[in-house]
Amino acid sequence: MISNPSMPPAASPASKPELDEDQLLHVSLGPQHPSTHGVFRMNVVLDGETVVSLKPVFGYLHRNHEKIAEGVTYLSSMPFTDRLDYICPLTNNWAYAQAVEKLAGIEVPERAEYIRIITAELTRLINHTAFVGFFLGDMGAWGSALMYAFREREKILDLFEDLTGARMMSNFMRFGGCRNDLPDGWAARASVLVDEFPRFLDELENLITGNEILIARTQNIGALPKETLINGGITGPMLRAAGVAYDIRKAEPYGIYDRFKFRIPLGTTGDCYDRLMIRFLELRESLAILRQALDQLPAGAYIHPKAKIRNFKPPVGEAYARFESPKGELGFHLISNGTANPFRYRIRPPSFINLTLLEDMCLGLDLADVVLILGSVDIVLGEVDR
Amino acid sequence: MTPDLPAILTRLHAALPTAAIAHLRNPSPSAQDSLLVAPESLVAVCQFLRNTADLDFDLLSNVTGVDWPEPAKADAVAVPPEGTTPPACGFLEVVYHLYSTSLRIGPLVLRTRTTDRAEQVHIPSVVAVYRSAEYQEREIFDLFGVRFTGHPDLRRILMWDEFLDHPMRKDYVAPDDYQYEPTPHDAVLEKTKKHYPARVEI
Repeated sequence: MISNPSMPPAASPASKPELDEDQLLHVSLGPQHPSTHGVFRMNVVLDGETVVSLKPVFGYLHRNHEKIAEGVTYLSSMPFTDRLDYICPLTNNWAYAQAVEKLAGIEVPERAEYIRIITAELTRLINHTAFVGFFLGDMGAWGSALMYAFREREKILDLFEDLTGARMMSNFMRFGGCRNDLPDGWAARASVLVDEFPRFLDELENLITGNEILIARTQNIGALPKETLINGGITGPMLRAAGVAYDIRKAEPYGIYDRFKFRIPLGTTGDCYDRLMIRFLELRESLAILRQALDQLPAGAYIHPKAKIRNFKPPVGEAYARFESPKGELGFHLISNGTANPFRYRIRPPSFINLTLLEDMCLGLDLADVVLILGSVDIVLGEVDR
Repeated sequence: MTPDLPAILTRLHAALPTAAIAHLRNPSPSAQDSLLVAPESLVAVCQFLRNTADLDFDLLSNVTGVDWPEPAKADAVAVPPEGTTPPACGFLEVVYHLYSTSLRIGPLVLRTRTTDRAEQVHIPSVVAVYRSAEYQEREIFDLFGVRFTGHPDLRRILMWDEFLDHPMRKDYVAPDDYQYEPTPHDAVLEKTKKHYPARVEI
């Protein structure tokens, strides 16, 4: 733990009893997390059942994506961004395309903006439903909840397959638009899905939210003060669950998010229960955006007619663009020296930085709660380790 | 909303008269200009930006490490004011992107540079001001070899502990064998050794 006198105290117990080193138990949790969050390890020190220290260990999936990107052209990194957060490839694609567009000053046509928003919000549906399934799995409800979530996810992945050619590895965005237009009838099928989705959501919510075990397990664990969360760089649903109204779609609208009417759901305490509920509420807001976008979808070009696919060389300079990915703030910092390859390609991964305060959240709690808190952060190791 | 850099610079000069800060222009269409801060003033500048109520830069979103073996290239990306003497040798650079969650301002781009790329690679850690830098500084230490003084737990984070060298440096040479491991085969080890220049290690 880091002592920082200018910050409010973290969730650690007010007075730490003197610990007898001989009585402490060192547990290496992972690298295979029991609920398949990925190859992530935590070195936990326990006093009885109580966590007294927790050090995450990273790097099992590290392939130095940033170094590889320096050796290839800008567009060649696009398929690689699919593999960051592999639950949400389309939002990664858009975040990267957005950064390059900022770097080179590229315009995006109207229809492409709509296609981007529709795919991004569908991706948010996938991520948040999968989150609910995995989170329930962390709690011991292994399988059932996840299967409900994955049943709906498959329907959306079918749409993605028709649109991009792949269920998950989409490689869909281009600098200045999208790779291809929507196939015939795609918008109508997406529209049907958006109409039917709330019924599933009601069902899932009915099944779990009032559950006694869920409430007993998730309430009052993992909460931290708002100031600590902001200072720790926590973004996305985790931050909003603590009651901070900060969503980049509203704070710094990119694309055409400023045209749509949607709300930013907020939690009150920021414990694991709030984090679960915030995802349910965000799902409903995503559906509202999807409904509006599908109704307004204009005709036109899906990519800027002057967008360069080959021999693309952005001007010298740098750009940082950030994006409200389903897991938090996904940023790309690109430095160009005028050649076809980026001089520096940096990803700001939300999963990685949201783990900064993991130890603070877990101190003083039981080992079983650590698994839930890690689940509530919603990480994907492809993005953490890059 | 992009921050008003000249106004912030004036206030920084007034509050911290001894701090060396320069306004660097960004030639890209993104127009994200940056402030070059001398390493010794970095923590004071961050504290001022975070604690001043009408600036309130409370979120350190991103920390990027950059390796510049040729300083002229750095001056092309972040153009210094007229009359600045160009740096004599290559250096490592750390770029910080700050945002204000309450005032919706950002990104405020700060950059700071080491003296060279070999021995003088120390930069003060900002973890005491912005906790979000903790893992990002570890990552930059791991991949670029910047030593963050005052960091509470400066260890490798993505590479394994026994790994030598810093793979994101521009002059890094990948091992001959992709099966290179902390305990490589003897022949591979011998072959690999010749790529590694003598560099100060952890």
